[in-house]
Amino acid sequence: MADKTQLARQFIEAIPHARELGMVLTEIGDGMAEITMAYDEKLIGDPETGVIHGGAVSAVMDTCCGAAVMSHPSAPGGTATIDLRIDYMRAATPGQTIVTRATCHHITRNVAFVRAVAMDDDSDRPVATASGAFTVEKGF
Amino acid sequence: MNRSRPEPVQVVKQRRDAALAALVEAVPYIRFLGITFDRRGDELTAILNFDEKLIGNPFLPAIHGGVTAAFLEVTSVVTLNWAHLWPKIESGELDPNELTAGKLPRQPKTIDFTVDYLRSGLPRDAYARATVNRAGRRYASVHVEAWQDHKDRLFAQATGHFLIPQDPVKKD
Repeated sequence: MADKTQLARQFIEAIPHARELGMVLTEIGDGMAEITMAYDEKLIGDPETGVIHGGAVSAVMDTCCGAAVMSHPSAPGGTATIDLRIDYMRAATPGQTIVTRATCHHITRNVAFVRAVAMDDDSDRPVATASGAFTVEKGF
Repeated sequence: MNRSRPEPVQVVKQRRDAALAALVEAVPYIRFLGITFDRRGDELTAILNFDEKLIGNPFLPAIHGGVTAAFLEVTSVVTLNWAHLWPKIESGELDPNELTAGKLPRQPKTIDFTVDYLRSGLPRDAYARATVNRAGRRYASVHVEAWQDHKDRLFAQATGHFLIPQDPVKKD
């Protein structure tokens, strides 16, 4: 188990785009992952308010869901997104770190089903939720 | 029959290109991803200019799924905003030279966005076009398709719903 978690961690930390966005893997294991992304001006989608772009939230959600799949005890290797739906509940508060948590709640030989939530400092009111289907790959 | 003379071509192009550039360049995240827009009349094509920082799987290599989602969402929002503002740009109600930071019209807000990943994004430029299938007073439904080498071999598509910005209610 520790090996799988270690592999998933190394894989996530080697992703050029994840580094570029300042993503940090804070928790991983047993089909669960948590990734944070600090506020950065380059992520702004609305210059009038300083709110980060929905696309940046999608990028962390996607990475976090993938990490959750790879850390699942039944996952043999890597994964790729088949589909991902994101619901945006509210604008993320400018200046605050985005925290995403994903759970791989079911996995078959071919498909992994994942749910995720994104929050800022106010963890009672989610910024966005996601639900997606991912492939189950034999290797990386 | 007395028809007013059409505007000179440079005037028309300059106005439309300036308005589009203002809407796109004001957004830091669009610049960060290296997305640019081509315009033919009112039709827009978004271009995701490839860069190593967009890679999600360094072993394949492939573009990050999150980048693909962001590219499709940026294309949808800009296309919807553009369609919404086009009449105002053409009528002269919106002056492209005044579309600077602090004076930008409010953007549509994403309600939900569903991405369908059809094949992996290759390490090269990608293109996308969005269609506004319905734009009501409050909500809009947008479909967007992205390709790399062949227009008919899509690598991703998405559908999203957006909240249309409301003009402030005028009180007399």
